[in-house]
Amino acid sequence: MRADNSSAQAAFAHASDYLERRPLVANRRPLSWITEHVCRIVEKPAPMWWWILTIFFGAVASLTPLMLTYLVSTGVGVWGLNVPVCWAWDITNFVFWIGIGHAGTLISAILFLTRQNWRTSINRSAEAMTIFAVICAGIFPAFHVGRVWMAWFLAPVPNANAIWQNFRSPLLWDVFAVSTYFTVSLIFWYLGLIPDLASLRDRAKTRFRQMAYGLLAMGWRGSNRHWTHYEKAYLILAGISTPLVLSVHSVVSFDFATSIVPGWHTTIFPPYFVAGAIFGGFAMVLTLLIPFREIYGLHDLVTDKHIDNMCKIILLTGSLVGYAYAMEFFIAWYSGNPFEIYAFTNRAFGPYWWAYWAMITCNVAAPQLFWFKYCRQNPWVVLAIVMFPNTGMWYERFVIIVTSIHRDFLPSSWGYFSPTWVDITLFIGTIGLFVFLFLLFVRFLPMINMFEVKNITPEADPHTPDSHSEQNSAISHPSSTKVHA
Amino acid sequence: MNHSEKSLHGLGAEFPTAASLLHAAKKVQALGFRRWDVYSPFPVHGMDHAMGFKRSRVSLFSLIGGFIGLGTAFALIYYTSALNYPLITQGKPYFALEPSLPIFFELTILLTAFGTVLGLLLLTLLPRFHHPVFNWDRFQRVTDDGFFIVLEAADPQFSEEASRKVLQEIGGTHISEIFQDPETTPHPARPNSEVVS
Repeated sequence: MRADNSSAQAAFAHASDYLERRPLVANRRPLSWITEHVCRIVEKPAPMWWWILTIFFGAVASLTPLMLTYLVSTGVGVWGLNVPVCWAWDITNFVFWIGIGHAGTLISAILFLTRQNWRTSINRSAEAMTIFAVICAGIFPAFHVGRVWMAWFLAPVPNANAIWQNFRSPLLWDVFAVSTYFTVSLIFWYLGLIPDLASLRDRAKTRFRQMAYGLLAMGWRGSNRHWTHYEKAYLILAGISTPLVLSVHSVVSFDFATSIVPGWHTTIFPPYFVAGAIFGGFAMVLTLLIPFREIYGLHDLVTDKHIDNMCKIILLTGSLVGYAYAMEFFIAWYSGNPFEIYAFTNRAFGPYWWAYWAMITCNVAAPQLFWFKYCRQNPWVVLAIVMFPNTGMWYERFVIIVTSIHRDFLPSSWGYFSPTWVDITLFIGTIGLFVFLFLLFVRFLPMINMFEVKNITPEADPHTPDSHSEQNSAISHPSSTKVHA
Repeated sequence: MNHSEKSLHGLGAEFPTAASLLHAAKKVQALGFRRWDVYSPFPVHGMDHAMGFKRSRVSLFSLIGGFIGLGTAFALIYYTSALNYPLITQGKPYFALEPSLPIFFELTILLTAFGTVLGLLLLTLLPRFHHPVFNWDRFQRVTDDGFFIVLEAADPQFSEEASRKVLQEIGGTHISEIFQDPETTPHPARPNSEVVS
């Protein structure tokens, strides 16, 4: 028995050895190392590649105002959309960008509530991505209204016609959902930035930097009388952002789902859109983070474990999206409605078959590679694979929107949509704008949430050096613990 | 110590780790100090309990904000759609709960967020760009890896010698006087003001 016992103990010791959690900050970096390595990105003179990329993407971004000016001055006819395809690239791009934003809020809010501590080193840049993506998204519906100078009619302010907004319309819900989403994301992001802006203020070498970061930091001094309220406010914002992020893409999907168009009129849309948004958003987070991690040597903060986790989320949500694609077909067949069945057969085998199969390849097939550990562990392989969801999610929206409406109920009103050069250039312009804003963010604001990363290091835990017990409040006695200083 | 009592903000001490800070804060609290504060680069777990804080009241502001948001949404929709200019669209009722829910929800969230931020700013009295602790040259490490306790002169228990002894006993280093007015404390060189224990 004794022998059994000891062998069991040995096995257990071996297992616990095996199952030990990988630290979220690799190589036991001290607190000042974290401050130094994050702040110096902002403090050192901008490297040459940054200037080149920023000027290049700034030039690409300028295509956005250029194309919009051309659109407004010439007329909406410069876009390729026309009856029966009245929603085309503009709404595709809108849904594409707004979806990308969702990963940022998911990381900052939902992973916060579920105590996923690995979020801390990626949430700042993911939230920045959210805000820039929503900016890009907002451009499209605003100009899609046709007469953009009338876009203020969407806001519930009295106007000369004395007619109010139609609150029964999902399009108006969308206005409220997206503007609330943008505002709350901005507040959440800024609130998280305050302690880190104070770090930059305290390290500032010039008066100008000290004033600029000092103003933004609002005089933050790390007082525990502030932290107690700050943590509560952060928790509440995370709590309200969680249903908010789920609601935004649900409301976006209502734009389609509440219509009676075959291919749009499905109850599966809200969860399907949310899963797709998270899927595409995480792909974009990885697309942005892997190069910057490499350039700035942030491997100890954004570890392979982080990338691995995100790949698993992409695999999960990609499979959910694949399930939704299949379910749409099943329901179309099960409904017995010939128009519904036709909409879906036409989607896969009609004139837009290439877009449909591009979507399936990118969104359903490509992420399955993440079942293999090799694919999740090698950042460059990951970067190559996530390009598929990035593309595929754009195709998904294009497929949903265009293939459902290009063949109306009567064959006399069938059409085929092709984008014009203005459509294409405007979309490229918003990609430029997105990357341009992100480059500015990386240059001027701390791209990693320093105070939260410090908070998950072993030396930050005053009770035990064990990373599992962060939630035990002041129960254990600090004198009985050993702390890595 | 030829500075007047009035210009002295308090005595500050530095601690090496979050654990030592928590340990020290418990002792300061046990000694019955009231006007004192703890400064750290991140919120230290258990510190609120150690300092005897009750639950933060930010949530009250959030709740009020949320109710105002919900009320605003209801008033807005009901007034515009059913009272001010009722208009039949798609044969739907002028006001119904179902199509109003998304706007109820979004405005509730929006004003909850506003309430939360307002509550945070009111309860922390931020923005406040000048504070006596910033006159202490070591203090700028608070946003890097510095842990500090400041006993304020306004505390009824405060006396310079006794409070300095308290800070020494609980393991504080670099114990310094912190003055209200930056003019009276030439910054950063201030000889004899730092006692390294």
